[in-house]
Amino acid sequence: MTTTTNSHTWIGKDIKRREDPDLLTGRAEYTGDVKLPGMLHAAVLRSPYAHARIVRIDTSAAKKVPGVHAVLTGREATVVLDPLPAFCAEPVVEHAIAVDKVRYAGEAVVAVAAESRYIAEDALELVQIEWEPLPPVIDVLEAMKPDAPKVHENLPSNVVYEHVFIFGDVDGDFARADHIMKRRLRWPRATAAPMEPAGAVCKYDPPSGRMEVWSTTNMLNYVGWLIAGSLKLAPHMVNFYPMYTGGSFGSKHVTSKVIAIAGALSKVTGHPVKFMEDRIDNLAANDAQAADRIYDAELAVTKEGKFLSLRLHAIDDYGAYFVFAITGNTNMMSQISGPYTIGSLENGIKAVLTNKNQQGVFRGAGSDVGNWVLERLVDATSDELGIDGIELRRRNFIQPNQFPYKMPTGNVYDSGNYPGVLDMALQHANLDYWRQEQVRARKLGRYIGIGLATCQQRSTYSATEFWFHNPGPATGLTTTAESVRIGIGPTGGITVTMFSPFWGNSPETVVSQVVGEEFGVDPTTVSVAYEGTSQGLPSAGPGGSRMTVMLSGAVQGAAAKVKEKMYKIAAHLLEASLDDMEVREGRVWVKGTDRSLSLTDIGMKAYWNKFDLPADMESGLEGSFTYDHPYTTAPSEDRKDLGVFYPIMGHAAHIPIVEVDIKTGQVKFLKYLAVHDVGTVVNPRSLQGQIRGGIAQGIGVALYEEVRYSPEGQNLTTTMNDYLVPTVAEVPHIEIYHHVTPSPFTAYGVKGGGEGGRMVAPPAVTRAVEDALKPLGVKIDELPMTPEKIVKWVTQAQAKTP
Amino acid sequence: MQDEDFVTIRLTVNGGTHRLVVEPRRLLADALREDLGLTGTNLGCEHGVCGSCTVLVDGQSVRSCLMFAVQANGHEVMTVEGLARGGELHPLQQAFWEKQGLQCGFCTPGFLMTAYELLQHNPNPSEEEIRSALSGNICRCTGYQQIIEAVQSASQAVAGASATVPSGTGA
Repeated sequence: MTTTTNSHTWIGKDIKRREDPDLLTGRAEYTGDVKLPGMLHAAVLRSPYAHARIVRIDTSAAKKVPGVHAVLTGREATVVLDPLPAFCAEPVVEHAIAVDKVRYAGEAVVAVAAESRYIAEDALELVQIEWEPLPPVIDVLEAMKPDAPKVHENLPSNVVYEHVFIFGDVDGDFARADHIMKRRLRWPRATAAPMEPAGAVCKYDPPSGRMEVWSTTNMLNYVGWLIAGSLKLAPHMVNFYPMYTGGSFGSKHVTSKVIAIAGALSKVTGHPVKFMEDRIDNLAANDAQAADRIYDAELAVTKEGKFLSLRLHAIDDYGAYFVFAITGNTNMMSQISGPYTIGSLENGIKAVLTNKNQQGVFRGAGSDVGNWVLERLVDATSDELGIDGIELRRRNFIQPNQFPYKMPTGNVYDSGNYPGVLDMALQHANLDYWRQEQVRARKLGRYIGIGLATCQQRSTYSATEFWFHNPGPATGLTTTAESVRIGIGPTGGITVTMFSPFWGNSPETVVSQVVGEEFGVDPTTVSVAYEGTSQGLPSAGPGGSRMTVMLSGAVQGAAAKVKEKMYKIAAHLLEASLDDMEVREGRVWVKGTDRSLSLTDIGMKAYWNKFDLPADMESGLEGSFTYDHPYTTAPSEDRKDLGVFYPIMGHAAHIPIVEVDIKTGQVKFLKYLAVHDVGTVVNPRSLQGQIRGGIAQGIGVALYEEVRYSPEGQNLTTTMNDYLVPTVAEVPHIEIYHHVTPSPFTAYGVKGGGEGGRMVAPPAVTRAVEDALKPLGVKIDELPMTPEKIVKWVTQAQAKTP
Repeated sequence: MQDEDFVTIRLTVNGGTHRLVVEPRRLLADALREDLGLTGTNLGCEHGVCGSCTVLVDGQSVRSCLMFAVQANGHEVMTVEGLARGGELHPLQQAFWEKQGLQCGFCTPGFLMTAYELLQHNPNPSEEEIRSALSGNICRCTGYQQIIEAVQSASQAVAGASATVPSGTGA
């Protein structure tokens, strides 16, 4: 249901995914499927304490178990293993296996390699550890106090990072405002929990110093050289193979810990070693728990409902380590003022360490939280000023003629039509009917609520977001390139090689469709391959909703190189001008004539008929292209301007209709409507799948998902019985429409759409539940809205109104 | 490990018979994946919640992470590898492809086997019946809708086709 006409042949065509047949028949090879001669299996003993010193470890009995090849404590592992790679500037050191002290319940203490996972786990049961428990630091507000026990003794405080970013005249705008909306808001610690836990198989070859790695990591080319440092290997001696990955949602960007454990055990035993997390390993220790924030949030508003300025102060519970620094907070500064013309803003960040598994990345990467906080303030404004939420948004939207739009932090929004997206949503929402239903139901004691959220979905990250929170000159990573190689064989068949792996997205389909477009061939005839890092070209890998944008650009660039050579060959053979060449329908034509050569004609000449080529031309027909980020700039040294770092900006409007059972706290969806604008659509059905899956995860964090810890620091959600992700019973039918505003900066005008569903659903669902409970006066300031919380809110509200 | 700790079992998997010598504690999932190389069956939670490892034993769905291989001794097991015939996808696989009822594919074999069992007993299920049948399988990618549509589409394809449609090999 795309609204604009499509001038392309294959871009935007709703073809079946290229990836699926192998996945449907069980032939796709995931990391856990790898089996090598002599391969051992690893298992890990985890800390029962949230915070404790390791006094003594006795592994002698474990070592005697037949079939056990190695038992490694953290201290012993340091011979082959340095600390894990970290992106933070702060001296927060993490070992793959804890050395001397554990900082969260579930941290690895001993690793075993044995002939089977069964034997490895038997051996772990025989390990004796003497512990000195330390007082755990669990509550984030307690952790901030000066006398709190320290998670890392080398740091002055558990507040590991603190800074207030100010963009524009925030104080002045607040002074000028007629109203200030204030809320204290609580976003829960969720986690990606992909169906495939993380894992790795490492095979070390002592004579050559080479290591081969089959793993679940998505960022092969980053991780390769980072983990080489931890494993004390030369980076070019480590080869990562691209594996099919069973979902990531951000959690498998690095997965350095599983690689380090398998790699260390392989170095020690001389055997290939497989270490796959089981679900408990994953939920307790995957290093991918997500934003866990308390916000003091304020919006300065005029009496007409115009938003002037936004002031946010966050306390974020980062857990025991700090691998990605505060990327979850920097990320949201790309779209923190949303689709609205807010002139100034302040973003205060306190990152706090506690005795919990650390934060990593989860779909949205903090921008999910930002959207929820902003829309909570917009809804509060609507309620307090008595301005309808739709009208209020219209008054504040950036208008279509204002793009490219530089927002207060310095990031640029490339293009958009926010009123158009909202109009499309309203056109399909049938709100008049639902408002009548709402009135009718309330008379019967039933509570129906209508939600609305209009949010940004940034895509295509730039690496500056990893470090610009630290002041000073631009010294960090600035490259996030993606490469492909296109080869046309002697018989005219086209092969595209990618250098980043499949992780549940549709890279094979995307590159096939773009190649189809570029050469005028049927995408199903294109052969797609993945390459490991030893043969690799620069590729940052999937993340930050970038792959469709980056692969489209890379394919277009490589295709241009191949076409240039094809044109030279064809012009030479057809005795025509180079300028008159064009490719369509799989042939190179002399424009405006019926003279042409097929790809096979040209391929045969390129590979086998040197005499027929132009004199100075080398044989073969292939082109590689490394596509750099389409639009990124450096931050200013004073960080009053963060530069352009996430400019490919999508947008969405969601309208869920829910019914809340106030006795049981159950929330039932009566309708869910989503309109997304992610620029030019490459493949409608795979985009719809991404949106629906993202909305399911957004419903998850709105209603169910939370990693919970006891006051002693025990993780209470280490099984899928306890960490509740939505099942088919909870996720409704989701109606999707596409609005198309192409990006001016990318190939074909594509934008990334991988995270939008999860970034927009939480505020929409929150508003729907709040609207349902409006007659009771319930205000919602925290997620997830579990049944027990809803019943509690309703009970409290009823107690207030006699 | 003493020899008497091992048990010889006979499994019929996707129509072929295999003799295996296993420890009594060996999970059916591990016997299938590691001993028989049938890695299409995936382990998602290993505590019986997610349904990724669902296979059919004598035509009934089981969690292969909660069943010992010895319990399947003498029984017929069907895995995702038993669905397609030669190069031809089973109508369910075809429908999952057509509707894109998958993304990362990890949970997909479990969904396929569960849906296969459903269609064996109820060739024309309603959406509610499909949701009920699939409620023990978790997918983190799709939001389920395209899975439901795929099962609906497959049921129509199976109902519309003649008895020559392959029904899989194991059940």
